[in-house]
Amino acid sequence: MRIPLSALIGMIFTGGFIFVAIFAHWIAPYPINDPVGGVWEAPSAQFWLGTDTIGRDILSRLIYGAQVTIFVALAASILSFALGTFLGFTAAVSGGWLDQALSRSVDLMMAIPSLIVALVLLSVLPLNLTVLVLVIGILDSTRVFRLSRAVAADIAVMEYVEAAKLRGEKGNWIIFKEILPNALSPLVAEFGLRFIFAVLFISTLSFLGLGIQPPLADWGGMVKENRDGLIYGKTAAMLPAAAIAALAISVNLVADWILTRTSSLKGGRGG
Amino acid sequence: MHPIVKLLVQRIALGLLLLLAVSAVIFLGVEALPGDTAQAILGQSATPQALENLRAQLGLSDPPLTRYFNWLGGILTGDLGKALTNGADIAASIKPRLANTLFLAGCAAVIAVPLAILLGLVAARYAGKWPDKVISGITLSTISLPEFVVGYIVMYIFGVKMGWFSPTAMTFPGMSFWDRLHAVALPVIVLVLVVLAHMMRMTRAAILNVMQSAYIETAELKGVTPMNIIWKHALPNAIAPVVAVVMLNLAYLVVGVVVVEVVFSYNALGQYLVDHVTKRDLPVVQAVGLIFAGVYILLNMLADVIGIIANPRLRHPK
Repeated sequence: MRIPLSALIGMIFTGGFIFVAIFAHWIAPYPINDPVGGVWEAPSAQFWLGTDTIGRDILSRLIYGAQVTIFVALAASILSFALGTFLGFTAAVSGGWLDQALSRSVDLMMAIPSLIVALVLLSVLPLNLTVLVLVIGILDSTRVFRLSRAVAADIAVMEYVEAAKLRGEKGNWIIFKEILPNALSPLVAEFGLRFIFAVLFISTLSFLGLGIQPPLADWGGMVKENRDGLIYGKTAAMLPAAAIAALAISVNLVADWILTRTSSLKGGRGG
Repeated sequence: MHPIVKLLVQRIALGLLLLLAVSAVIFLGVEALPGDTAQAILGQSATPQALENLRAQLGLSDPPLTRYFNWLGGILTGDLGKALTNGADIAASIKPRLANTLFLAGCAAVIAVPLAILLGLVAARYAGKWPDKVISGITLSTISLPEFVVGYIVMYIFGVKMGWFSPTAMTFPGMSFWDRLHAVALPVIVLVLVVLAHMMRMTRAAILNVMQSAYIETAELKGVTPMNIIWKHALPNAIAPVVAVVMLNLAYLVVGVVVVEVVFSYNALGQYLVDHVTKRDLPVVQAVGLIFAGVYILLNMLADVIGIIANPRLRHPK
């Protein structure tokens, strides 16, 4: 199996980001919230990427920011996946009124843009990590629901599922032992895309001031706090934005490759 | 009744039903969440008596369903209530901001739609060759970026380094049309970049899909030039999916506008919404949220309606 260069680059970068996120406390040269230098210092041997609008080390904040951004996005996408695939498979297997009820509620949720729903919810709910993960995860589970319901509906009519039903297996067996293993490959690629979506979503919310709150820092919030620096021409203010872009693009490259691989496995035209 | 009329009536009725359901979600769904409006206004130190008085004054002691229908009735007659934070009439605050938002989104749409279709056609014509690869590569990278990142890149390049435009989009009443256009140039560029990629890729895909039909092969064998095949044979048959994609992206513009307005401090509806979410001013959030959701649903409905009308198979049933 030959891995294309783009996917390899994507994997190396994604792995690098995850490594940094896990070991942030050991890697970061300075504490996250202490002003350790002057305001807007240029990159130097002491501060590799310079300092921000109140003199904190940008590199350290980026490293801690990776941790928060990736953790929230990962938790939200895992939640959306667990919820979306379970309900999607259940809807496809059981059919009837349950399928109708689930599908119509998802239609309703998808009739409003996620950002608007999130804003309306966050005007009432307290702003903390749990709420953010729940809001993003539940809103995003609608898309997973549609995909997994469609995939499972294709599989549910296969002979081996019929056979399992005829020998009297229960709903959970059919979902976890018959459908899930066969639906795994399209869902893995989708997981990458959902993760990117969650990264962009949490960054956007933080940028709007409605996501991660201080003393925690994430990349979207860093863009917000350093926006004035940009107008005065400080390139360092662009670094958190560049980090978001780099993470999104590298995960995308990997997901793209998995997607083409799985579609060629299924005998589709692929490429 | 002509089947197409029946389909249209069905689709429009569904859209209205959806709008009603969404209004119920925005009002009743939020009611169900923990949080007390009276407490939010008066703060934690309020006495129970003061809370009780304020609830009665705001009509919060009525049952939720009654309040929902009062709210809905108010919206239908153009009365959106008053903001909690400063008591301002919401409808009066929304009107000029909505005009600003529509101006921004309108400018972006006027540029993005023809450009996306043109690029899509070129990419489909040279599918797999370098013009296709260049267009696809550039659009793919803008797809992976959130709106505010694109916003800051554009602001940095054109606003700060080049100095062509002001980095913030300040508008005020009585500005001339051209000044206004100059002020919103940067947010318009950002919105165009954000929706262009998706629209162009879908146009390309729709055209390429039609290009596999037998009648395209016939045209090729007759010796029709490639651009003429696309223009005369492929495009008319791809028009329904293309229009649908255009509409979906216009609907997407409505959301993108929220973030882009904040990036460029443009005084319009999205900025107004975000400000009042921060202040936890629920009546404003509900009203503006409903407007955004309404526009989104309307554009989606329009996409389906145009799709139905543009589909020759539905227009001429056997």
